[in-house]
Order: sequence, then structure tokens, then C-alpha cells
Amino acid sequence: MASNVDDRPALKDDQRIIEFDVRTDEMLVNMGPQHPSTHGVLRLVLRTDGEVVSEVTPHIGYLHRSAEKIGENLSHRQWIPYTDRMDYLAAMNMNLGWAMTVEKLMKLQVSEKARHLRVLICELNRIASHLVGMGAYGLDLGSFSPFLYAFREREKILDLFEEACGARLTYSYLTVGGATHDLPQGWLKKCEDFLDQFFPIIAEYHTLLTTNAIFVRRAANIGVMSADMAIDFGTSGPVLRGSGVDHDLRRDGEEFYTQMYDGYAFEVIVEKDGHYPKDHEYPAVPKSAVLGDCWHRFYVRMLEVIQSIDLVRQAIDFYSACDEPLEEPVKLTTKIPKGETYLETEAPRGQMGFYLVSDGSSTPWRARARSSCFCNLSVAADLCRGCLLADIPAVVGSLDIVMGEIDR
Amino acid sequence: MSGQEFLDRLKKQFGEGLTDANFEAIDPWIETSPDALVKVCTYLRDESDLRFNYLNCITAVDYFQPDEKKAAKTGWDPHLELVYHMWSIPHKTSLVLKVMLPRWKGDQLGEIPEVPTVSGVWSTADWHEREVYDLSGVRFTGHPNLRRILCPEDWEGYPLRKDYEMPLEYHGIRCK
Repeated sequence: MASNVDDRPALKDDQRIIEFDVRTDEMLVNMGPQHPSTHGVLRLVLRTDGEVVSEVTPHIGYLHRSAEKIGENLSHRQWIPYTDRMDYLAAMNMNLGWAMTVEKLMKLQVSEKARHLRVLICELNRIASHLVGMGAYGLDLGSFSPFLYAFREREKILDLFEEACGARLTYSYLTVGGATHDLPQGWLKKCEDFLDQFFPIIAEYHTLLTTNAIFVRRAANIGVMSADMAIDFGTSGPVLRGSGVDHDLRRDGEEFYTQMYDGYAFEVIVEKDGHYPKDHEYPAVPKSAVLGDCWHRFYVRMLEVIQSIDLVRQAIDFYSACDEPLEEPVKLTTKIPKGETYLETEAPRGQMGFYLVSDGSSTPWRARARSSCFCNLSVAADLCRGCLLADIPAVVGSLDIVMGEIDR
Repeated sequence: MSGQEFLDRLKKQFGEGLTDANFEAIDPWIETSPDALVKVCTYLRDESDLRFNYLNCITAVDYFQPDEKKAAKTGWDPHLELVYHMWSIPHKTSLVLKVMLPRWKGDQLGEIPEVPTVSGVWSTADWHEREVYDLSGVRFTGHPNLRRILCPEDWEGYPLRKDYEMPLEYHGIRCK
């Protein structure tokens, strides 16, 4: 249906559209599920009017493996490898989420050594995960080289993990009752060397992306999400904090989880009174950026990388002060007491929740995974309405989704 | 505010709508009737000293034991339980809300039970309710877009029901 341009005053006033006198028709554009900038198998159906997108419908489920149903047929520790395959970029954090949920119902407290080992490993995985997020976001916006820079460093973290547990992506290392085994000798030294070498490189990333004029123009003031909207849609992690909501489960969560970080000094990365913590050391927020836009979500991730380096260093100190050997994890067939519990942990992409109902056997009656990306993606439809077509990858990429976790 | 005070306050507000509560559990929970659900949720979200403005998760748990020998020992009648986990960002507290439903509406096999949607209270509920509808088979009345979300739209049955049987084939693909 060809419509008269004079009927559309709103489009005429839109400064982004140069050729407002060109007739356009509504068109449905299918994007995905094999599109490189949809981060896996996400399919978006876009209703476009020229360059402007009026409606976005995400279609998910292409990677659905019914992990929850499988969880009802395996013992609690046997389900750990399935949690690996949810957010496969931060598998350690997924392992931790499920392990702690089971421990919460068992009322099991891990030893000090296991606690510091967990912080160490999880924060290291957070760095690796944010590096992929950063690199892939550069790719989405047409800049290829940051991806290679990010993967160069991530590779070293994967090498460390490989040495610790034998796997490079799906670790199944942290488990109910601690970890499967202790770190090998000399590992801490290698980890410290990596951190020393990695820290100065972050300035490179800031040059490549954070302050890059093209990047800023592509990401600043695009996909702006207010704090109320972020809370209403249940977003979490950098997406929530990028909108200025001061909420991080490592500080604000349930006591069973926050006690893992007892003794650690860290600040929640969120803008307060126009400033991020310690932001004088890092590139300034560009004038065109608005709180809650794609640039802020990206910046929160970048600052979290630096914070995680600090947390890993603290964890190494705490961990090496513990002399006792690491305790054995609970047995595969250990029975979970009857009851139910829910626990959320702060994974790199947001709050990963697990709900466990037990009938008293070692197999959960119900194992539910609450995915952070699932909620983060649900906001995309509202966020993309009225965007330009070229901004869709910028907005979806800034949510940093992993389809394995959304579809489970 | 202690658990008992909170409970008294809710009882005063909703009377029969509040059917049960347990503040001794690991995660304290309250139970409401399906009819009172939206009112209770709006109240929990808007009261200035509660402000449960963040919905974490909606889950359905199927309490049904297909094995008859084991079913005698379970201690519950077959039912479906909806569990809403919510969090208050200003007050940093959590709350669990439960709604009990029959497994089938009017005990008619295949007729899924109904409960009003809370997607008007929290937008998070939109996709979560679609997931519960898709996998556990609960119809959320008033939901703006109640379609399957993870399974294909022409999928049959509700996989997270305990008596679910995998189809033999799907569009020529062998499933079993």
C-alpha cells in the first residue's frame, strides 16, 4: 500500500531520514537465524518503513534442548555439564549458580579455600566473557580488529582453565561442595603473570573502541533504556547497571551468595551523579552518550573487566593463605533434603537463577533455570521500535546475549 | 516487619484471597487464589514499604507421580503449582508467591488450567508466562500474545508435565 508522504508528518520531521520525499512501503524483513550479528540462532522479524523499523518480533527456541526436563532425570551433580551448555561463554558462573542452589537446600557451607577458589575462577571467567562481549560488539558495528585483540587475551584465560580442569569451554569444574579438584602447582603464578600482562592492554581496547569516534557515533544515544523500563522488564547485569540502576547481586543479593564475597573490596559499576567509580583513570563519557544507551552498557562491561582483575588479585592472595587441602565434592548419589529453594547469582550477563524442588532423592523433582539473557532479550522489541535498520545490530549486540542460555 | 505482621496486613487487605503462607521455609512464601493474584501482585509492587518491583522468575511445578505405587507415598494430591519469585530493589528483599491450580481444568484431560496474567504488573511476566504456557500448559487469561516460545508453534503437548510422552515423529523427523 503506497501512502502519501504528506500523511506522515512524523517521518518528515525525523532528521535521520534524508530522503523523506521518497515513497516507501511497509516491508517485513527476516533477520536470522543464521545472521552473523544475531549472536547465534536468534531470528528477528522486522517491520520496516524505508530505513525505520516500526516493529521487531524476536523468535527464539532454535537451540532448545529441554535442559530442564533432562534435569528431572539426572542427579544434581550430573546436571552440572548441562549448565555449562547454557551460557557457554561463562560456564564457570553457570556451574556455580546450580552448585550453590543445591548447597543452599543442603545447608552446606564450603570451606574458605573453596570459596576463594570460586571467586578467583568466576571473576576470571567474567573477564573472558566480557572480552567476547566486547569483541563481538565491535564486529556488530563493522570493526573487525577488536575481535582479534579480545580473542588473543581470552585465549590465555582459556589456557589457564584448560590447565585447571582440562576443558576450554564447558568446564564442569565448580560443583556441589566446592570444585572437582584443586588447582595445579604453579597455576597461581601463571595467573598473576597473565593479569600483569593483561592490565595495560585494556588501554588498547579503549583506543580501539571506547573512544573511537565511529564507535561512539554508532553506539551513543542509540537504544536508550530508562531505569524504570530496565527494572520492569527484569533485565540484569550490565544491561541493568548501564541504565543507572545500582544493583549487583555480589553486594545486594541473598546472604547465601553475598557471603562468598565477604572480605573482598569492590564497588558496583554504575553511574552515580554523572560519574562511574574511578572513572578519572579511564576515558571520559562522550558528550553524545545518554545514560541507558548502547555505549553505557558497553562501558559498564569494560569497567567490570578492570574490577574483575582486581577481584582476581584479591582472591589469589586469600586463596594462597589457605593451607588446608581442598575438600572432596559431595557424591553423585548424595540425597538432597526435601524442600525447595531459589537462588540467583551474578553471572557476567546478569542474574542467573536456579530453582530446585526436591522430593528427598538425589534427583531433583524440578530443576528450573532462570536465564538472564532471556529477560534481557525480551526488552529488544520495545528498545528497537523506531530505530533505524542499521541500528538493530547495535542495540541487540549491546544486550550481549548468548542463545544457549536463552533457549536452554 | 516480621513475617507475622506482614501476613496479618495481607490478610486484612485480601481476606480470603490469601490462602496460605509459610515463613519458616528456606524461601518464605505466600499463597493466593488465582482470582486475587493480580490484586495481590499490584499491591506488593506499589506499596512504598514493600516495592517488589522486580519479577525474577515464573515457574510451574507439576506435582504428579505417574507411578501408582510411588504416588500413594507422596503425600499430596496431583496438582500444578505456579511459583512467582520477586525481588524488591529498594529494600533488597525477596518474596515467593504461589498459586495452586488443578492439573486439568474441570478434570477434563487436555483442558489446561487458567490463571490471570500479571504481564500488566511486570513486563518480565510476558515472556515467562509464554514459557510456562509452552512447557507446562497453563493458560494465562488476558495475556497480550500467548504463543509458544521455545517449542515450535505446532508442537503438541506440554513437555514439562510429568506424564508427557515424546511424540514418535515430528514432520518426518524421528523423535524416539
